[in-house]
Amino acid sequence: MLDRPARRAHAGARLQLLRGLQDPPRLLEAAYDVTAAALRRVRRLLVPGSGAARFVAWTERVGKGAIFDCRMCGQCVLHATGMTCPMTCPKQLRNGPCGGVRADGHCEVHPERCCVWVQAWDRSRRMRACGEDVRQILPPLNHSLHDTSAWVNDLHRQELLAPRAWPR
Amino acid sequence: MAPLKSGSRLEHVLRSGRFAVTAELNPPDSADPQSVYERALVLSEVCDAINATDASGANVHMSSVGVCALLTRAGYEPVMQVSCRDRNRIAIQGDLLGAAAMGVRNVLCITGDGVQAGDQPDAKPVFDLDSVTLLRTARLLGEEGRFLSGRQLDVPPRFFLGAADNPFAPPFEFRPLRLAKKVEAGADFIQTQYCFDVPRLAEYLRAVRDLGLHERVFILVGVGPLRSARAAEWIRTHVPGVVIPDAIIRRLAGVPAARQQEEGKDICVEIVRQVRELEGVSGVHVMAFRQEQLVARIIEEAGLLPRQPQKR
Repeated sequence: MLDRPARRAHAGARLQLLRGLQDPPRLLEAAYDVTAAALRRVRRLLVPGSGAARFVAWTERVGKGAIFDCRMCGQCVLHATGMTCPMTCPKQLRNGPCGGVRADGHCEVHPERCCVWVQAWDRSRRMRACGEDVRQILPPLNHSLHDTSAWVNDLHRQELLAPRAWPR
Repeated sequence: MAPLKSGSRLEHVLRSGRFAVTAELNPPDSADPQSVYERALVLSEVCDAINATDASGANVHMSSVGVCALLTRAGYEPVMQVSCRDRNRIAIQGDLLGAAAMGVRNVLCITGDGVQAGDQPDAKPVFDLDSVTLLRTARLLGEEGRFLSGRQLDVPPRFFLGAADNPFAPPFEFRPLRLAKKVEAGADFIQTQYCFDVPRLAEYLRAVRDLGLHERVFILVGVGPLRSARAAEWIRTHVPGVVIPDAIIRRLAGVPAARQQEEGKDICVEIVRQVRELEGVSGVHVMAFRQEQLVARIIEEAGLLPRQPQKR
């Protein structure tokens, strides 16, 4: 469940090209803000569980899947992780790198891959507005939101985005 | 001196301004309590607290909660390591309460090595919490007396909370900021990964001081003896996150094989003496995997004895 090498193998070169979009993070940051503003306008249509909400989830799966290798956690935090999906970290760390990062900046678990957080830190330095969000403490994941739309959850289910006693 | 928050003896040593020494106990592959006590005995005379590791390197051994129960029963001062790799938030919160009930006051919150590092790489990695959210969860239990769900505890635990840090692994500029997150989330003390590169540590501490963190958290630098040049080479290629400079390996290789263990111990003593001089260092954490008999000599030769007896 954590790791999907099979899926990655199918991704192919075309997706690799889209992954390259992560490297100018300012572009993505701008695109993200535009999408957020647009969806806020149609907020009332995006009721959780509705067809519209499922459609948005589908676009996220396809779009964010191609660009970020999105795992559909349903609580997107790209602003606070250098526009790099933390769910692609084998330990799914949302608050920074573990202590096992290799001297060459590669992953402890998959030595052939660059550490997700080395990339996240680097990209956060090149973001325009939200680069400093990388200092935020993010709450633990709500696993019941897996496979739902992060946009819809952000608009309508704020109370589910952190455990009840979590300081807000 | 600030009032103690936990009743921990380690906290008492640190808050009184003394240079603290902690040491790592490698939990046995045994169901016999005596095997824990034998290991604790050689450590307890020379350190302020004993760390019980939680399946470190993703190899299963006696659980840290079990080891700590034995240690508190005999009057020792344990630091219970809690890793996020093997248990979800339900199990971890329960273990924290159980440990507190058995007299555990010090808890070290760590992410944990990946399962692939150990002898059962086919196990399911959990990582429901991470080290930062685990710290905040433990603080929530202690300070607000609530579970993550908001449910109230009858009697909250009192913890002196620790976290790990690795100043020697990239991304270097992010490490001090990540430390800031851990302090913000509730860390009272830090135990670092093995230090073999003092200049790198000094650079990290400079950034830590610039953030004012050295006044908010006690930093204990991880140290340990290398058994031989070959062992050092093996560790640096196989244990992710442990950085051993070439100069150290050359120095070990430069003496006859029979003397390398002694040389490794000497290097460790020198590093302890050097880090002790750095501003922002409150103690050392000695990790001597399968060389526990060297811990007392390292601490003695580094001039850190006598220490207050640990047994009540």
